[in-house]
Amino acid sequence: MSQSPLIDANIFEQVTPYAWANLGIGLTIGLSTLGAAWGIWLTGTSLVGAAIKVPRVRSKNLVSIVFCEAVGIYGIIMAIIFEQKLGLITGTALPNGVILPHIKDYFSGYALFGGGMSVGFSNLFCGICVGLVGSGCALADAAEPALFVKVLVISVFASALGLFGVIVGIVQTSSASLGAK
Amino acid sequence: MSYYSMLGLSTFNIENGFLEALARSFRDALLTRADYQNLMQCERLDDLKLHLSSTDYGNFLADVPGALKTSMLEKRAWDKLVGEFEHMRLQAVQPLAQFMEYIRYQYMIDNVVFLITGTLHGKDAETLLSKCHPLGKFDSMATLTVATTAAELYDYVLVETPLAGYFVNASLQEGDLDEMNIEIIRSTLYKAYLEDFYKFVCSLGGVTASVMKEILEFEADRRSINITINSFGTELSVDDKKKLYPSFGQLYPEGIDKLLKAEDLDMVRAAVDFYTPLDQFFDDVDGIGGDSLEDKFIAHEVHLHKESFNQQYHLGVFYSFLKLKEQEIRNLLWIAECIAQNQRDQMTKFVPMW
Repeated sequence: MSQSPLIDANIFEQVTPYAWANLGIGLTIGLSTLGAAWGIWLTGTSLVGAAIKVPRVRSKNLVSIVFCEAVGIYGIIMAIIFEQKLGLITGTALPNGVILPHIKDYFSGYALFGGGMSVGFSNLFCGICVGLVGSGCALADAAEPALFVKVLVISVFASALGLFGVIVGIVQTSSASLGAK
Repeated sequence: MSYYSMLGLSTFNIENGFLEALARSFRDALLTRADYQNLMQCERLDDLKLHLSSTDYGNFLADVPGALKTSMLEKRAWDKLVGEFEHMRLQAVQPLAQFMEYIRYQYMIDNVVFLITGTLHGKDAETLLSKCHPLGKFDSMATLTVATTAAELYDYVLVETPLAGYFVNASLQEGDLDEMNIEIIRSTLYKAYLEDFYKFVCSLGGVTASVMKEILEFEADRRSINITINSFGTELSVDDKKKLYPSFGQLYPEGIDKLLKAEDLDMVRAAVDFYTPLDQFFDDVDGIGGDSLEDKFIAHEVHLHKESFNQQYHLGVFYSFLKLKEQEIRNLLWIAECIAQNQRDQMTKFVPMW
């Protein structure tokens, strides 16, 4: 019955590729949202505090919030892209009625799971990083307006971290396609 | 929770982010060098009032009837500062709330000592209470004035306050409250307080600990040196003195041993010679025109508190904010007194922040 020595005698054979693929999609959106929310909250608390005495910081520093929000948007875009790769597995029908997925389906399941981890975790840490910098940015802006743009540059670099994950996630899953699609 | 791990860094803002930002805005509102320049140009106290209204102080003196007095200026400035501090303290959660409580204890100790001294000199309890430091007020303060011995003081009043623990540790000698005893009570209380506060900030860990340790260690060293200098020519025995020195700081323990044996300023200077930056304070101290030792201590303290704001995500900013602001009020008063007494040549002798 075996199609590949890789799958032979492997309990993972029993797990349907759908599970891995959907777990990957869930991690993508879930961790990205956690990162975005964490970042917004880190920035938000400082921003609200700083804006009491120096109200002018409140609109400018929404940029930091937007950077954090972008992390969440990466997550939802990637989740949708991954979701597009799901299709109906045809596989090989065994005499006992079980449908055995092709090796390509197994690969696609794991690829989507791995891609989801790449995107999810890089966005989680990117979100925290942007949030920490954004918190400092709000405080710096309140103390000295000239510092705003300078700290914002740091925010931009921090926010690039999430894009790395997105790129790797796309490359990782580029040849993945679950079932007939 | 300790704030030293990465998780600490990314969770500090849950509880303290808002208040930290607020404390920083209060610090940003400190008077600048330009403000001080303007204030020093003033001819009369009412001009001072006018200049202050353009700063963060705003119209805090607006409803003062008649000519402005320096005592009124001090009271209003403190009221404003205490308002800001209490505003933050009442919103704080643990461990920040406890941290800010600790800051208040030193003012409570001052009040206790102030009340006992005042009562000893037969001053009216009402007047004394009204002159107490607003940050160190506590409920049973009024009854302090009835105590005549150290034991009574503890049994009737302080057992209810957070200072009770310091009294137990201090193991005061029996005896009536006289001038000398009160000074010893103040020093032992303060020593116990500093050690307790030091232990507390160490338990918080992380940036809070590293920033606060430096500040408190300097405070301890400064007290040790001051106690030594003030005890010249008194009957304090070496053993008695030893009980007054805080048991931490740069000087502890070798430097303290040397300080205990010191009998004049030169011996103090020799004792602290190996400790930076303490040794620098003794350069040209008795020279003519130089700053006094106390001035140098204050300047260094201000420097430490300014440094504290160079780090984010720690609790030290709340302490530093209060201390910088306290120094600012002292500066304001100095300028105001110079104007009131027409001593313009003395006016520049204050410690500017920036």
